[in-house]
This record gives sequence, structure tokens and C-alpha cells, in this order.
Amino acid sequence: MRVGGAVRAGVLAVVAAGVVGCGGLGASVEDRPDVLTTMGFGLPDEHATARVSVYRGKYPGIDLRITEGAFDEQQFLSAVASGEPPDLVYADRLKLGSYAARGAVEPIDDCLRSRGVQLSDYRAAAVRQVSYGGRVYGVPEFATVRVLIINNGPVLAEGIDPARVSTTDWSALAEQAGKLAVREGGRFRRIGFDPKLPDSLPLWAKANGVELIDADGRARLDDPAVVEALRFTADLVKAQGGWASFKAFRDSFDEFGAGNQYATGQLAVMPMESFYLNTLAANSPDVDVTIAPFTDRRGAPTTELGGQAWAIPKGARHPEHACDFLATMTAKDTWVTAANARRDALARQGRPYGGTFTANRAADEAIFATVYAPQGNRILDQGVPIVLGLQEKAFALPPSPAGGDLVRAWQSAATRVLTGSQTPEEALRQAQREADQAVDRIVGR
Amino acid sequence: MARTENRAAWGFLAPWVVGFLLFTAGPMLVSLWLSLTNYDMLKPPVFVGADNYRELFTDPKVATALYNTLFFTVLHVPLQIALGLALASLLRRAGRAGGFFRTVLYLPVMTPPVALAALFLLLLNGQTGAINEVLGWFGFTGPNWTTDPMWVKPGLVLMSLWTVGGTAVIYLAALTRVPPELYEAARLDGASPWRQFRHVTLPMISGTVYFTVIVNTIASLQVFTEAYVMFYGNSETAAGRDDTALFYVIYLFQQAFGSLRMGYASALAWMLFLVIAVITVVQVRVSRRLVHYEGEPR
Repeated sequence: MRVGGAVRAGVLAVVAAGVVGCGGLGASVEDRPDVLTTMGFGLPDEHATARVSVYRGKYPGIDLRITEGAFDEQQFLSAVASGEPPDLVYADRLKLGSYAARGAVEPIDDCLRSRGVQLSDYRAAAVRQVSYGGRVYGVPEFATVRVLIINNGPVLAEGIDPARVSTTDWSALAEQAGKLAVREGGRFRRIGFDPKLPDSLPLWAKANGVELIDADGRARLDDPAVVEALRFTADLVKAQGGWASFKAFRDSFDEFGAGNQYATGQLAVMPMESFYLNTLAANSPDVDVTIAPFTDRRGAPTTELGGQAWAIPKGARHPEHACDFLATMTAKDTWVTAANARRDALARQGRPYGGTFTANRAADEAIFATVYAPQGNRILDQGVPIVLGLQEKAFALPPSPAGGDLVRAWQSAATRVLTGSQTPEEALRQAQREADQAVDRIVGR
Repeated sequence: MARTENRAAWGFLAPWVVGFLLFTAGPMLVSLWLSLTNYDMLKPPVFVGADNYRELFTDPKVATALYNTLFFTVLHVPLQIALGLALASLLRRAGRAGGFFRTVLYLPVMTPPVALAALFLLLLNGQTGAINEVLGWFGFTGPNWTTDPMWVKPGLVLMSLWTVGGTAVIYLAALTRVPPELYEAARLDGASPWRQFRHVTLPMISGTVYFTVIVNTIASLQVFTEAYVMFYGNSETAAGRDDTALFYVIYLFQQAFGSLRMGYASALAWMLFLVIAVITVVQVRVSRRLVHYEGEPR
């Protein structure tokens, strides 16, 4: 009897496990017609919360469900592959070309047309990032650029005029970097000039006259101008003490704290994303820095545009709601509302507002005409006009069907050169091979 | 009666059997099929025969990843065993404080691997880390553990010893089971402490050593979390990273979820399965000559 009971218990356990396991296969909340789900988006500040409030006010009947957290490629692609995608995905614009080529996101030309979204209002570089094969796959959101941030104290102490620090004359820059770097007893005390390798290789290549990806989405990594750019930047690091110590020292920076690398004098000059100006202004407002544009070898300001975009995944259950959402979130008036909310919230905390930089030119014009005003913060008062000026001059690499693989290929190549295991020619030749194979795998020969 | 007991046994086993078939054997078979296809998760798999397996032998990163993984295993396993045994021997002499020290030694094993990786990134920093600071007190200039290609893998081995407490506790259990009269007899025969260890302790705990060698070897060949978090987990850590910490499972993961090459990643997984199986078979063969089980004739 007891044995029979055990058998029944075992069978029941298996059946129960099966029932519990299959519980997710029935109709879910996401299937309801009034639900809208997002992935990769968070609500960290008023730029997000105020815009979401605008949407909720405009569409009160929609149950918006935001799964907060950074974009996770594995999670997203698994969701699409399993037929359970979110209605919207918020991801780095660099990745969109690859998702479009693989059919993981839907073209949204019709959606944008029906909601009256004018892509001509957007910066060309941002539109380029979200277009693939003649169709548009995403709506650009924020826009970041890179600027040179020069630490005046150490630079002046070495007898260099901060106004003369620039990326135009590479031999002068190498000389300045050598003078500004400080090492004691085998350890770094100060980095003179950080070229921000390997992630800034596209910027240095562009400054040398070439883009790492061509209009067809294929890599141009073994171009002599890329080789020259990589050699120059890797030599800058080598001359200051070598990659191993350089990177270990850089990794130790308290980048987002009051004891950041500029406040402590651990760094003299670096090209950095524009959002960092807000960080500096809030955490170490008294630090004495000069903000300057990154320039190409002819002296013309140049910078790479970065940021995210909204896209609608393949198989999204509510594409119409998704279309309403992305059109609302990126509209000029919504951005202005968000900028006002952000400025007021920062003011309540006694912190300066450094503007809201979007890929939407019309929105930026309204924000900087009506919301932003200089507040006597040296960092922002210098930086904001420079960032605004650079927005129009920024470039963006064309989308590639193998975008992630291409980035990995050139970053690995740059690192192999930095660690001394390959010459720039060898490393970039290998990277070109890897990149070609990756593109071929997706689009065929 | 026997039939009823049989049915009862199957009843108890059923949950495990169903779980094994659904969540282990099933996915393994699917992965075997996928290894013969091109599959990017978004379009149906396309059969390509043995192409993925052929590519394994021409892809230089496979050789690099295998080398890195074997390098780590060859350093990690002996050190883990030796240090675990040394700590267990000390614990055995700890007397009434043994319980306290056992707990303290085991605590690090419970640290989440991601937290451990984040902590060791700071400790191992070649310019400002605590480990080099301590080495500096003794006049040594420590290397750049996290950024110098020559020292990245030794640094990871050093970090892996953080969990040596788990092995030490297993050895402690084995050591307490060695009959004291064997030591007494050895001492009467004039055996030195080393000879007692070599000829009494080691043979008596050889079964446990064998177990820990097998388990640690398999775990080392699948090393992933700490190295991934430290060096490849996000764009900040991945940028500026060459292949010196590219372990086999990290490369497999990159191919699967970075390049969406599920077919190739499946072939990589089966290759690793084969490597682990071969190494385990060799270890089993060698153990027949070296491992002594109580009650078995030698």
C-alpha cells in the first residue's frame, strides 16, 4: 500500500511539474490588445520618466509595461527567435544594421509616415545609423559626441598652453603627450594623452581620412590610413609607458566620483563622450579644464555620433501601439517637456543642468532656445556650445550586417598592437579577414 | 513483491528521469543536430554537414582558446589540490577552534562569482591593487595582473584559489577517516612525518584526491564566469582586451550570442565534450594504478 502510494506520489510530482512548466504556454498578459511592452529601456531620470508620462497622458488606455534594464542582445534575440518578442526594443544604433540584415527588426517607414515623423528633422548621421537597404528601422534618441577634455593644471605646469593642445598635428601631439605623462618607480602617476583605444579607433581613422566601414557595410580595416592611425595611437601609448601599465592605471580611475581623473590630476588630456561634461560639472565643478573639439589632420572639427534608437522587433504583437509610442517619445514637444523636468529636478538637488542632446535637430533647437541657460558653471558654459556645434559635423559609421563582429575585429586588432603581439599591418590584415568572413556569413558572397 | 518494488523505484526515479530527458538529453541531441547546421536563431537551420567541425580545425581562435583553457587547468588543478590538502592538514590540528576555522575557510566558496570577479579586478590591478601593494612591502614589484598578457592567466589562477576552502573541507573529512593506528605503526617503524604522509595519508585518501582531481579538471575546462565578467562582460571591460583570457567556453558563448552562430557554437560544445571525455578517461585509467579503496586488495 505504501509502495503504491509512493508510485502515485512520483507520478503526481511529474504531472505537477509538467503542469507548472507548461503554465507559460497559454495566453499571457502580453497578448492583451491594450498592452505595450519594451526591452532595453530604463527610467533612471526625468528624461525617461517625463517622456513616459507624456505618452501615458496621451494614451491612457494602454497598459505600458517597461522591463527596466540595459539592453541584452542575447535576451532580445532569444525573445525574437522564440516568437515572444517585446513590442519595442531600445538599443545602441550601431547594432541596428545587423538586426535589420537578420530580419530581427521591422522596417518602420510606413509607421513614421503615418505619424508624421519627419526624418529631415534628424541629424543625417543618426538617420544613417538606423537605415539599412534603403529602409528605416529605428528612430534615433539621444546623441553623444566626443570632445577633448584638457586638464589645465598639469598642462600649464608643463609649460604648454591648453589652447595649443589639439589632435591636428600628430607629431606635436606625440611630443606633448610625452611631456605630460608622469611615471615614478615603474608606476604611472599621470597619463599625458589617452587616445582612448581601442574604442576610438573609428575616430582616429576618420581624422586620418577614412571610415572603417564602407557604404555597403563592409570593413575597410586594412586601408593604409587606418594602419597609420593605429600605429600613431598605439605608439602614443607605448611612448608613455606601455599598454599594460597604462590600462591598469586607467582602470583604477574613479571616473564618476568626486575623485575622478581630472580632479586628482591622474590624466592630462583625453577625447571623451560629451555626457561626461555633466558628470564633471556635477561631481567636481571646480576642476579647471578646457573643452575643445577633436580635430582631423587638417584642423577641421570631427567627431563620432553615438546613441540609441527605438525599433520594433519582428513578431511584435502590437506594432501600432509601438509606433504611437516611439513617435511620441521622440517628438520635439516631448523632448522639451523632458528637458524642463530634468532641469528642474537638478535645480532642486543644487546641480547644474547641461542641456539635453538628442538626434532630433528640431528638439535640440527648442531645448537650447527655451530650456537651457548658462548658469556660471565653467565646464558647461564652455562645453555646451562646442557640443552643439559638433552635432552637425559628427559622422556615423554606416550600418553593417555584421556590425558587432566588425567592432570586435577592429578592437581585438588594436589590442594586439597595443600589447605588442602584432604590427598594425598584421593585426588589421587579420581583422579585415575576420570582418569579411563575418559579413559573408550573413549576406553571402 | 520484486515487481512492486521495481515500480516503486521507477516512481521515485521518474521526476529525475523526466528532468534528465527533457533538460539534459533532449538539449544535447538538439545541439548535436544544430552542430550540423547554420543557425542564427532567426531563420530556420540550414544543414551544412560537417562544415562546422571542419572549421574548428582551421579557426585559430579555437586553438588559442583551447591553449588558454589547458594552461589554466594545468596550473589551477595541482595548486587547488596541494593547497587544499595543506589547509586540511592544518585544520586537522586546529583542535577545538577547528569549527571556527572550517567556517572561515569555507565562507569564500559562498561568494557569488560575479562579485568575486569585480573584487579581484580591484585587488589585481597592477598599478593600484592591494596584491601588488603587499608584494611591495617585501620589496617585490608586482606585475600588471589584469593587463599584461603574460600575467593575465596566472592572475586568474591566483583568483581561482579563493575557493580552495571547498576542497580543503572535503580533504579534512577524508583525513579524519584515516585510522590513527596506521600512523602509530608507522611511527614505531621510525617513519618520518613525510614518509607517514607519503605512505599512509596519501594512499588512504587517494580516492578523495582522485575525486577532487576529476571534478576540478572538468570545472577548469569549463571556466567561464569570473574571466567573462572581468574581461569580456561589457563594452568597457571588453575594449582593450586581447585573447589572453579567451577561454574555450567564453569563445563558445561569443560565437553563440555575439555572432549568432548557434551551429558553430554547438560544434564547439561537442568538441569540448570530447576533450573532457578523453581527459577523464585518461584520468580513470591512471587512477587504476594509483587510487586505493579501503577493503580492496592492491
